[in-house]
Amino acid sequence: MTEPRAADARPNTLRRTRAGKQSLARRYAAERRFRSYGLLAIGFALLSLALLLGSIIHRGLPAFIHHEVRLELHFDPVLLGIERATAPEAFAFADCEALLRASLQSFFPEARERRARRELFALLSAGAGFELCATLAAQPALLGSRGARSLPLSSDADRYFKGEVNAALPESERRLSDRQLAWLDALAAAGRIERRFAMRFFTGGDSREPELAGVLGALVGSFWTLLVTLLLSFPVGVAAAVYLEEFAPKGRLIDLVEVNINNLAAVPSIVFGLLGLAVFLNFFGLPRSVPLVGGMVLALMTLPTVIIASRSALLAVPPSIREAALGVGASPLQVVMHHVLPLALPGILTGAIIGMARALGETAPLLMIGMVAFIVDIPGGPLEPASALPVQVFLWADSPERAFEARTSAAILLLLTFLVAMNLTAVLLRSRFERRY
Amino acid sequence: MNSAATKISTRGLNVFYGDKQALFDVNLDLRRNQVTALIGPSGCGKSTFIRCINRMNDVIEGCRVRGKVILDEEDIYCDDIDVVQLRARVGMVFQKPNPFPKSVYDNVAYGARIHGLADTPGELDEIVMTSLERAGLLDEVRDRLSDPGTGLSGGQQQRLCIARAIAVSPEVILMDEPCSSLDPIASARIEELIGELSENYTIVIVTHSMQQAARVSQRAAFFHLGAVVEEGETSRIFTDPSDERTRDYITGRFG
Amino acid sequence: MIVLTALLLLLVVTLAFETGRRRAVTLAVDTPRSLHSRPVYHGAFVALCGGLPALFVLLVWLIAHAAVVEQLVLAQLPEALRGQQPERVALFLAEARGIASGHFENQRAAPELVAAAADFLRFSTFSLRLLPVVVLLVALAGFMASLPRCTPALRAQRRVEKILRALLAACSGVAVLVTIGIVLSLVFEAFQFFLRVPISEFLLGTHWSPQTAIRADQVGSSGAFGAVPVFAGTLLITAIAVLVAAPVGLYSAIYLSEYARARLRAVVKPALEVLAGVPTVVYGFFAALTVGPTLRTLGEQLNLSVASESALAAGLVMGVMIIPFVSSLSDDVIRAVPQSLREGSLGLGATPSETIRRVVLPAALPGIVGALLLAVSRAIGETMIVVMAAGLAANLTANPLEAVTTVTVQIVTLLTGDQEFDSAKTLAAFALGLLLFLVTLLLNVIALSVVRRYREQYD
Repeated sequence: MTEPRAADARPNTLRRTRAGKQSLARRYAAERRFRSYGLLAIGFALLSLALLLGSIIHRGLPAFIHHEVRLELHFDPVLLGIERATAPEAFAFADCEALLRASLQSFFPEARERRARRELFALLSAGAGFELCATLAAQPALLGSRGARSLPLSSDADRYFKGEVNAALPESERRLSDRQLAWLDALAAAGRIERRFAMRFFTGGDSREPELAGVLGALVGSFWTLLVTLLLSFPVGVAAAVYLEEFAPKGRLIDLVEVNINNLAAVPSIVFGLLGLAVFLNFFGLPRSVPLVGGMVLALMTLPTVIIASRSALLAVPPSIREAALGVGASPLQVVMHHVLPLALPGILTGAIIGMARALGETAPLLMIGMVAFIVDIPGGPLEPASALPVQVFLWADSPERAFEARTSAAILLLLTFLVAMNLTAVLLRSRFERRY
Repeated sequence: MNSAATKISTRGLNVFYGDKQALFDVNLDLRRNQVTALIGPSGCGKSTFIRCINRMNDVIEGCRVRGKVILDEEDIYCDDIDVVQLRARVGMVFQKPNPFPKSVYDNVAYGARIHGLADTPGELDEIVMTSLERAGLLDEVRDRLSDPGTGLSGGQQQRLCIARAIAVSPEVILMDEPCSSLDPIASARIEELIGELSENYTIVIVTHSMQQAARVSQRAAFFHLGAVVEEGETSRIFTDPSDERTRDYITGRFG
Repeated sequence: MIVLTALLLLLVVTLAFETGRRRAVTLAVDTPRSLHSRPVYHGAFVALCGGLPALFVLLVWLIAHAAVVEQLVLAQLPEALRGQQPERVALFLAEARGIASGHFENQRAAPELVAAAADFLRFSTFSLRLLPVVVLLVALAGFMASLPRCTPALRAQRRVEKILRALLAACSGVAVLVTIGIVLSLVFEAFQFFLRVPISEFLLGTHWSPQTAIRADQVGSSGAFGAVPVFAGTLLITAIAVLVAAPVGLYSAIYLSEYARARLRAVVKPALEVLAGVPTVVYGFFAALTVGPTLRTLGEQLNLSVASESALAAGLVMGVMIIPFVSSLSDDVIRAVPQSLREGSLGLGATPSETIRRVVLPAALPGIVGALLLAVSRAIGETMIVVMAAGLAANLTANPLEAVTTVTVQIVTLLTGDQEFDSAKTLAAFALGLLLFLVTLLLNVIALSVVRRYREQYD
């Protein structure tokens, strides 16, 4: 041991040793470096978020606009092939395509040979004929009349007007031929092309044609699925939380249940899909692809979330309130029903909404129970085959057609809008009803 | 007052936590190589004051300090003052022993390592051993240098924290109620230590215990409601206080 | 019919509640204080006595309905058909069910099929018509039995509360049932798989090509089920994801909890929460359509061959997905380190970064390790990103620029599309699922216990 060094024998600076002399500058450099790593990390996270949202908004916005062509039409019964029909039901068999073909042909009489005609008619959406027939069935008086109607262009033609087709590319490398581009230019020059809000995107079911594909079917499917999820997971989850927090005797069994719930919350979602497939579909023989089963699977998945959120909301209610109620002779169940639950309700609802938002965005388990089928019809109930919004995103993203890219992004935007709305509701609920005891 | 004998002096020190003012115009001189005890009822600003001396209040969000704290003729609240250097010169021991979750050796070596006080492992060993010895802990932990510091008893932990502070060779040691969480025997050991350390260090100690203040300090300052009511030699303050509030406090009428 | 039954049951239960309540009121009319419990509880008691058994019957009926109808149809089948291989019979029944529900055309179907379909329809309709009758009878029996017990001395409140408490307990049992259900269904199906493919081949084989032939008698119908390349692919992508998320998440958490002013925190924290709230299918789309092609173009410029479904693209995006996960868990853990340790270090003249690196992080290490383990488990179980952005072919490679496949991708590919349920191909998905479940469970159990022990240390 050396002699204790006398404090006052030393000068009043920190620079006492060689290492000490060099170190301070180095230490401050290290401090700045460390801080900048933190800032870089945050910057990276924010940049990723910006890129993610930016790319989706950039891709998705054009899908909300669609170009239509205004054509002079003559609802000629002969051309429609229904000159002998009397009842409007017969319009279902009318050849509306012929009407469109005639109109386009009169506009471009030079397109005579087979290939040219096929290219010309390909400018129109495959659904234009159906739409026309639907109009005709709704307004039989139109038969025999003449008039101008706006009809959807094919997705390729639509993309040309959105500037997404590079006309400088060699003809063989683009989906529209030189001839088709010339026709489109001619139509535009004639003032026949109209930019419209793509209403079909919100009112249509799925379709093989991008310009006809809409999200309504998926949206309704998601609605039924979430309804089932909510009806199952909310009451069961809250009841379980109430039991565990308020009534359960402390012991090994309850500890086990707790560990089990915590682990269940971290089980990969696809495993719940496997459970649904093995138990609901194969064991109980419930139908495939229906929102009922989808909702049941998602309910099992969100159950731990609801239980955990509800328990922490119940835990936040101070014991003094329970004691006060017990003190005036309320039974334990009355204490919970009359005092604890109402106070914890905002927290419970917040947790439930967040759980529902997660369920809304979940895809993998729905793939397992067959909610990936191509379904055109809008589901009328939880027992009809349906898709869901995120599954629709998955299906469209898989499609090779470029025009589905914009649809996919637009569907994502819609999905994100719903999620933001749900989370905002949760945040508002929490801030509005948050109590400080 | 002899300026050579004064180590630290504060002038017009005001401290605010958000909207609340915690210290009002404190002017106090702390003498070199003496033990100054800060006494007063809880919430009177003693801890706030002591944390101003090594700028530990900087850590607390919303805390503002106005006025001067002069350490050896330098205002430590000047913009160009380096808090890292300052804290190496003004060490601190906290109310609750707070050893790092590291070994006894690493706890003491920590300050020396970050400040680069040792060029070789041998020098570092020497610093650790000297510091432990001066903190009166070496004999108790000689065989346990690599055990975790959190495994020591409360009194030993606090002495470990003192050893950790003196390993950096500070000039001033601030002690914020160092014995408040210790039993009387451990407290006595710390008090003894403070007496030994005062030969080499300027010590400022916040305490609740009158007896402790009387035992360890040469000078004392009485704080009340964020202001210094009275300051002077400990023996005088305890026997012949000039302010009525000090008298009331010392005789146990409040506090 | 089911909805109707439920509505009817609801109506009858309401009526029972009213009857029970009124009876109690009438009983108490002479001696108002003589009732042990308030009339409401008498009503609830009667309603529960009838309603609960009826509800139970309803649920059991719904669960058993499909199986019972199938057995009945089977019993009606001609001996020749019934004696066939089980798979054939199952297929036959499935077709018949399809015709019965109107999904298939029945014009060209064989006469036995049409007959079986008619049986399906008959039994199914009969079962559904019988349902409301049985349910209501059970409910009424319960009411009749409980109503006479409504005397002033009846401790209705205690009984009702006991029943409700039992119901609450049953609800918390559901969570346990789910776990048991997962384990049983995965183990059962995986066991079937291991009967066909030895477990050693599955765990140690290096050739994965599950695309078996459709008919059992075709050549090469067995496929190859060596899952090592699948595990390797999962590990590769997980490793890339963690390499991205661990530093970014951890440094963000450190900056936010130790350096950032309140205003920066108020911006960054919600932004990270948004990142956490984005559905994984969106990340998958981003990876497949933006990150993948960008990396490919970048690779071309650097003369590297980057697969369009490279592990790097999937891993990078997955890493971004788990950043908020790592950062929020680490943030909690770092905040739990007592302030006194920070002050102790700062008081010795340590710089903030020295304090963090030498005192705060070592103290928080167990919690951070737990957070990282949870993140790894998240990455392993993540499905949509890899389904959309990673490959299908099982390559055994460590090169992140090549395409690899993962456990979750294989589960999805093996199980989407129509195929016989008990082929080796679909069963393989359950074997993978079992493995996935076990690995993530192990990680979660370790991580949660580490984190909990860490919390207790500073409580």
